[in-house]
Amino acid sequence: MINFIKRFYIGIIFIFLYAPIVTLIVLSFNASKTRAKWGGFTFNWYVSLLQDEIILQALWNTLIIAFLSSLIATLIGTAACVAMQGMSKRMRTIFMGITNIPMLNADIVTGISLMLLYISLGVRFGFSTILLSHITFNIPYVILSVMPRMKQLNPHTYEAALDLGASHIHAFFKVVFPDILPGVLTGFLMAFTMSLDDFIITHFTKGAGIDTLSTKIYTEVKKGIKPEMYALSTIIFMTVILLLLVINIFGKKSAQKAPQKNKGGIKL
Amino acid sequence: MNRKKALQAPYLFWSIMFIIIPLCMIFYYGFTDKTGAFTIENITAIATAEHAKALWLSMLLSLVSTLLCLILAYPLAMILSGMNVSQNSFIVVIFILPMWMNFLLRTLAWQSLLEKTGVINNILHFLHLPALNIINTPTAIILGMVYNFLPFMVLPIYNSLVKIDGNVVNAAKDLGANQIQTFMRIILPLSIPGVISGITMVFVPALTTFVISTLLGGSKILLIGNVIEQEFTRAGNWYLGSGLSIVLMIFIIVNMVVSSIFDKDGEGAVL
Amino acid sequence: MKKRMLSIMAALCITCVTVLSGCGASGDGKNGQVIVYNWGEYIDPDTIAMFEEETGIKVIYDEFETNEIMYPKVETGASLCDVVCPSDYMIQKMIDNDLLAELDFEKLPNAKENIGAQYWENSKQFDAENKYSVPYCWGTVGILYNKTMVEEPVTSWSILWDEKYADNILMQDSVRDAFMVALKLNGYSMNTTDEAELETAMQALIDQKPLVQAYVIDEVRDKMIGGEAALGVIYSGEAIYTQRENSDLAYVIPEEGTNIWIDSWVVPKNAPNMENAHIFIDFMCRPDIALKNFEYITYSTPNEAAKALIEDDDIRNSSIAFPDLSQYNNLETFSYLGEEGDELYNELWKKVKSN
Repeated sequence: MINFIKRFYIGIIFIFLYAPIVTLIVLSFNASKTRAKWGGFTFNWYVSLLQDEIILQALWNTLIIAFLSSLIATLIGTAACVAMQGMSKRMRTIFMGITNIPMLNADIVTGISLMLLYISLGVRFGFSTILLSHITFNIPYVILSVMPRMKQLNPHTYEAALDLGASHIHAFFKVVFPDILPGVLTGFLMAFTMSLDDFIITHFTKGAGIDTLSTKIYTEVKKGIKPEMYALSTIIFMTVILLLLVINIFGKKSAQKAPQKNKGGIKL
Repeated sequence: MNRKKALQAPYLFWSIMFIIIPLCMIFYYGFTDKTGAFTIENITAIATAEHAKALWLSMLLSLVSTLLCLILAYPLAMILSGMNVSQNSFIVVIFILPMWMNFLLRTLAWQSLLEKTGVINNILHFLHLPALNIINTPTAIILGMVYNFLPFMVLPIYNSLVKIDGNVVNAAKDLGANQIQTFMRIILPLSIPGVISGITMVFVPALTTFVISTLLGGSKILLIGNVIEQEFTRAGNWYLGSGLSIVLMIFIIVNMVVSSIFDKDGEGAVL
Repeated sequence: MKKRMLSIMAALCITCVTVLSGCGASGDGKNGQVIVYNWGEYIDPDTIAMFEEETGIKVIYDEFETNEIMYPKVETGASLCDVVCPSDYMIQKMIDNDLLAELDFEKLPNAKENIGAQYWENSKQFDAENKYSVPYCWGTVGILYNKTMVEEPVTSWSILWDEKYADNILMQDSVRDAFMVALKLNGYSMNTTDEAELETAMQALIDQKPLVQAYVIDEVRDKMIGGEAALGVIYSGEAIYTQRENSDLAYVIPEEGTNIWIDSWVVPKNAPNMENAHIFIDFMCRPDIALKNFEYITYSTPNEAAKALIEDDDIRNSSIAFPDLSQYNNLETFSYLGEEGDELYNELWKKVKSN
């Protein structure tokens, strides 16, 4: 009975989360150009999507910005976390305080403040300004996911490695890095997702001739979304689902091989 | 020592350049008028009827949606964390997955669902049920907020629940605590950091959104985010826009301070 | 968990690389580039491809949603551009603030030849000597209504205040357009800066608010097609498109008069590719290109030669696309009201919105 209620509850939330997505997928097969009317089933939008250079360019921009910004943010953020280990408590508090600013500030304020900065510096708005902004709001996600791992680290293992004659770099990559790796990876993924989904900050810091999918969609919202956009998001969504399924199947196999550590699941 | 400096230098540079200086710019604009003279008018402008009402509405809507998110997310995180270990990361990802569909498109899809002639009303009509008329009302905005920010609440709570050592729970049970006691005395207190960071992660974006209120509120409801956005993009009054941004920032900082009182460990377990 | 994360990342990287190798960023054309800053969905993409092919000039194309978003970007030079397409009053503001370059009409033979005399005349309201702008599109603002939902004949703006149609009315979500409706309803000029007149208009808009379903810009198109609302304030160009999709819809220019608007090509003073900007503007004035654009975006073209090429008689003689303006009274074009005027309008509009 309790199991049934649990399943039912998950089911309801699941419907709530996926109803709009199903709607989008259905719309991608709608032959009528407007959202409001069902004009029959078609694959045309998928065909024309492949020829739509503007959307493909926006997709490319979105992916490359997400990839580069999360990569750079991961490097800077991880380095900062390592450095913070050796800091005095006060310095660390200041550092974490600064880190929290972009997390806690409204996106709109972050976006505007960066826009004001670029304007006053006379930087031309374009790819580089978007990239810089994305790195800025991505670093905190990396730091906040690496930091907890860092705290759990046993400093003695690192010192032991040094005592045994390992160089700093060697000791770091052999001893520290493997332990914080999960945090680094989650941080990277988190940053990647945030960058993909960001609209507001990009909106304020982009220049002529460059669009990410979000800003492209926003201009289209006003004029009516091109159905190719629905087709594209359906493809993206399906790709991610497929990847997840594959990973899950592989993951299960490796999970069976390696005994899991204490996960401490709570059973009511 | 130099090595440490080399490691912290990039971030130090970055945060000064792209976090601190831009904030100073906002403060500069917020405290000057068009002629460049010092003024606090842009800050006190929050007290005018329109702005105060917009801020009040934003507070109200974001509080309600944060609360709804919490009510929905806690049981969900609880169920998820109790699931079979080999499944749970997959299931958790399922709940983040919608974030990979563009945020604007998702919100727009709700418009298609909720419209007077939309999908839901067509289904209701087919079942001879009364129509649902919530599009362009505050209810629709709350729905949009809950929908978009729910994963931000589920994840931290889930993470803090998973971290709880099963032995502690078992110990409590061995010592004769019933389920309600175990929950109230052990699980709930230990999950508070997750709840706090969930609240922050939902409340802040909900308080400042302008997209959701435009798309689902039919631009009839003016939130503080809309006011600021319009000052910058439509009215071209950056001074007032910056001034109001500062006020918004102060509100968020107050929120942060309040929550950090609860979250004593400083372990805002976001992930 | 570690392994799984690693494989997720590996998979992501592979996807990225595959996509990345698929399409690369393209550089300049052999004859340089031209940066065009236009309204969203306001050009047939084919014409850009044709332009690039014929001239060897690479087009960098960007879109804006409102004049007000465009203005600071051009003003600060934050995004440099060669050709912009603002509306009437914004062109006047840009001229006033010395942001625009004078056009060299020697280099624009198609513009001189094909744009109708009346449109040059209309343009003088904001560009007194026709030195800075070349008309691209024009139109009126009116009421689009659904014949199955509105029984009586629609002749006046006052129907937008009729309680019968509560929650069935779509208003424009932009200051000047919304105030235009209320000012015209009360018989005032839509360029007024008289505070008493504006107060009346504001009160009218506040009274109307409970009846309004939503304030929208271009979404009015999709919503009317879908039968979401009975009445909507709409640009004439959108009206033609909506009728094509839903034959129940009809468009009227109310008797109290309305806004005649013109969107024109202009070249900012700081344009890096002045020469190419002229080539682009002239290309857009070529009859076949103007025709293609008209058919794609359905906004009325001031290009007489293109109009003559329209094959469909119904459209060429359509009273929506090409109304006989002499039939209507009180037609006006927006003019720039100065900074104080703008501020007053914005303040009053905020009061309407927050009410």
